[in-house]
Amino acid sequence: MYKILEKTPLNPTVTKMVICAPRVAKKAQAGQFIILRTDSEGERIPLTIADYDAEKGTVTIIFQIVGATTEKLNHMCEGDCLSDFVGPLGRATHTEGLKKVAVVGGGVGCAIAYPVAKKLHEMGAEVHVIAGFRNRELVILEDEFRRASSKLVLMTDDGSAGKKGLVTEALKELIESGEEYEQVITIGPLPMMKFVALLTKEYGIKTIASMNPIMIDGTGMCGGCRLSVGGKTVFACVDGPEFDAHQIDFDEAIERSSMYAPFERKAHEDACNLFKKEVE
Amino acid sequence: MPNMSMKKNPMPTQDPVVRSANFDEVALGYTPEMAIDEAKRCLNCKHKPCISGCPVKVHIPDFIARVAEGDFEGAYQIIALSSSLPAVCGRVCPQERQCESKCVRGVKGDSVAIGRLERFVADYHNANTTKWPDKIENNGHKVAVIGSGPAGLACASDLVKKGYDVTIFEALHLAGGVLVYGIPEFRLPKSIVQMEIEGLKALGVKIETNTVVGKTVSVDELMDDEGFEAVFIGTGAGLPKFMNIKGENLKGVYSANEFLTRINLMKAYRNDSETPIQRAKRVAVVGGGNVAMDAARCARRLGAEVYIVYRRGMDELPARKEEIEHAEEEGIVFKTLTNPIEILGYHNPDNKRDPLNGTVTAMKCVEMELGEPDASGRRKPVEKPNSEFTLDVDCVIMALGTSPNPLIKSTTPSLETQAWGGIVADERGQTSREGVFAGGDAVTGSATVILAMGAGKASASAIDEYIKSKNQ
Repeated sequence: MYKILEKTPLNPTVTKMVICAPRVAKKAQAGQFIILRTDSEGERIPLTIADYDAEKGTVTIIFQIVGATTEKLNHMCEGDCLSDFVGPLGRATHTEGLKKVAVVGGGVGCAIAYPVAKKLHEMGAEVHVIAGFRNRELVILEDEFRRASSKLVLMTDDGSAGKKGLVTEALKELIESGEEYEQVITIGPLPMMKFVALLTKEYGIKTIASMNPIMIDGTGMCGGCRLSVGGKTVFACVDGPEFDAHQIDFDEAIERSSMYAPFERKAHEDACNLFKKEVE
Repeated sequence: MPNMSMKKNPMPTQDPVVRSANFDEVALGYTPEMAIDEAKRCLNCKHKPCISGCPVKVHIPDFIARVAEGDFEGAYQIIALSSSLPAVCGRVCPQERQCESKCVRGVKGDSVAIGRLERFVADYHNANTTKWPDKIENNGHKVAVIGSGPAGLACASDLVKKGYDVTIFEALHLAGGVLVYGIPEFRLPKSIVQMEIEGLKALGVKIETNTVVGKTVSVDELMDDEGFEAVFIGTGAGLPKFMNIKGENLKGVYSANEFLTRINLMKAYRNDSETPIQRAKRVAVVGGGNVAMDAARCARRLGAEVYIVYRRGMDELPARKEEIEHAEEEGIVFKTLTNPIEILGYHNPDNKRDPLNGTVTAMKCVEMELGEPDASGRRKPVEKPNSEFTLDVDCVIMALGTSPNPLIKSTTPSLETQAWGGIVADERGQTSREGVFAGGDAVTGSATVILAMGAGKASASAIDEYIKSKNQ
């Protein structure tokens, strides 16, 4: 059993939890992920590691409430235990030798972008962060990003915080203004990453995207997380989750991500109704 | 007087029409009367050829003699001397290619139904055992077993009985390996696997689930930091193969591993399961082994019309005979001498956001014929010219075999492996690393439960010798 030590809502739909998982914490690195189950009947869901503390034996996760499992997870409290928490899975982000990097995060993807930015910043690289959200209410980790970067550009769809517009517009502006990035790291919704990749391809800037497809075991056993990268099939769980964004077939990944969309919508509604009933 | 009937006592089964809509066990098991009657068919012949056909050398005629006398618990004790998982093996061993293929009675008529008797005896024991075995005091020597499938369970069982302090590390949230994620409930009820595992725990075996050796902890850390004197790697062959044909990444194409894991481990067949599975109308399962039969029969139980698509003929199907018969009875259509060349999908030209975009609509196949024998001795299938046709399906399951998982290899320096990924080990499981042993599918590639169990047992005895000689 894995105890929830802290629970902090970051915005109405995104929650941060610190979990006691000493074995995972000891090995965790930026870019890797875990798989959890809330209870013994639960679904296995992958979540990228947002932070970790090997000495305290803790791993931080940040999740958006999108389906039944994240809804259930969000109803758990400090002191409750997750039935399963396995990791760290996948490969760590390659950060060695990077001098100047743009980290482009979107929505809850910023939670995953943060440890990467932090690690690069601690290594002494110049880090520019572009973080995009729908509106002010949904902005997360603003202070953390400010501390982990030399430049933070906040973008919102409606202009209620930072600048109005898309992350790609901000990135283009920075590149056009003469910023020379060795690499762009992008983490967020698939369509956002697709357009970041299309933009950086024009400028010939190496770009890494962190993928979060549907998976079960996270060890290469099910193959459900397969993606086409450079025309070859790869498994996100063991070969990734990070890949060369210019090689990823994003359209296929977008299609595959909707495999269970109707089921998930219904399961989420059922879970919400159940919790509503409990409250009544 | 021996029973000279030429025919085996038939196995009582659930009616095919009824069972193809439920996940309850298909074979219902012998009654004591049937078991005694069947046991009397054994001639207790001098050469006991059946034993030579058993990978773990169960004393078959001895246990059958006890069954004939009605001493079922005595029969169990004889099997237990050689096998750790009789209730499992009685159900899933390919007996027709092992013990029963050597049976003298099989020369004229049916062989003795050894597998069915083994199952009867194990079920009798499980139903009549009221208490768990007592915990065995351990000798303080720690052994790590990686993977809780048949190889790991057999190895742990023998080691704990020899007095070792055994910990099994399992990557998934539940112990049992392929017995829980792969083989369906209707062929091997999970309560049987659970009982075997609870029995091991009662003896003192510790099980750490959610631990991916190679990620969460390495073999070196287990040995250097955590004090394990020996490690047994029984991680199986879990990496699914695909055909590398066009359309394989469409929505509705599964590896058999994924399809079966969703159903067996995650219980996606239940309406209250939190794990989704596609409820397909027409399913093609590509492959002809036991895993293909399992996937096909699961898909059937979820309500689909199901095809087995296999490139060789009916006689070449590698699956157990009983599984093929059961699949046919359940209405699964065998399209043998057929090979897929492409999977076709739906794409709405007018709507890029149509949720059906990227879903499977059909599979393009060619007909095959058998040519000259290939390296494996089997006749090689060759494509018939101009035989292309399309099979309308909305789901395709690839059951083409699996290869060993590279996670441990990539994190254990100087552990030698074959080019295809199998760990190099001798017949007693010794690998290229001192103190590290391996067995089962991780060494041989995908094989059977009983072979893995045998390898686990062989390694347990090698580990015992290794630790004793080291501590002399």
